[in-house]
Amino acid sequence: MFSAIVREPIDPAHVLTLIGADQDGASLLFLGVVRDHNDGRSVGGMRYDTYEEMAAEVLSEIVDEAARSAGTDRIATIHRTGELEVGEVSVAIAVSSPHRAQAYDASRYIIEEIKKRLPVWKKERYSDGAEEWVEGRTPGAPDVARQAPEVPDVAPKADGS
Amino acid sequence: MEIRTLFFASYKELLGTGELQVDLPEGATVSDLVSELRARGGAFTVLPAAPAVAVNLTYTDPTSLLSDGDEVALIPPVAGG
Repeated sequence: MFSAIVREPIDPAHVLTLIGADQDGASLLFLGVVRDHNDGRSVGGMRYDTYEEMAAEVLSEIVDEAARSAGTDRIATIHRTGELEVGEVSVAIAVSSPHRAQAYDASRYIIEEIKKRLPVWKKERYSDGAEEWVEGRTPGAPDVARQAPEVPDVAPKADGS
Repeated sequence: MEIRTLFFASYKELLGTGELQVDLPEGATVSDLVSELRARGGAFTVLPAAPAVAVNLTYTDPTSLLSDGDEVALIPPVAGG
């Protein structure tokens, strides 16, 4: 298992080298990427702030929990902080396991727990120059309000202008 | 006792500082610390009465007792990923 909070860009190919074993028939890589819009506003980039020592511990705990629950310890998770541009990877989760269900379960668990309790915050930079903290979740609070089904994001990509 | 108190993200911006040493009487709890801060008035009143709090890197209940030298972080709603 591997987990880290980093400031430098994440290399997805490198993350995949941290997992995998002869008994594994499934390798899964999830990337969280900075997108160019949110709530109808055009986003130019994102600044991630973190409580680094605690985030490193919490991320390690989350990965441990996923490993115990899914039954695979071939898991690597990296979260980036600092200034990110649209298209850059903010989080990478790689899991390998004998069968695909374990990998999907572990990957999904990790990203959902990151959103619930990893001490990381992000501030969006909009194209008009304004900045705003992204509304987050209070760790430990019930997330009933967040359980509404997500609307598929089918908006066409802006051309960057 | 001295409590090293940390602020992040929106709290840090609103308060204009990321860290304060707070002097509290023995037997004080996490909740007492938050009350002491809010009682300072001004920007401190924007702190919620019951924010998420971590003591020495672990999420902790508001009723937890503090010890001299503890590091307490007030955690705004998180938004990782």
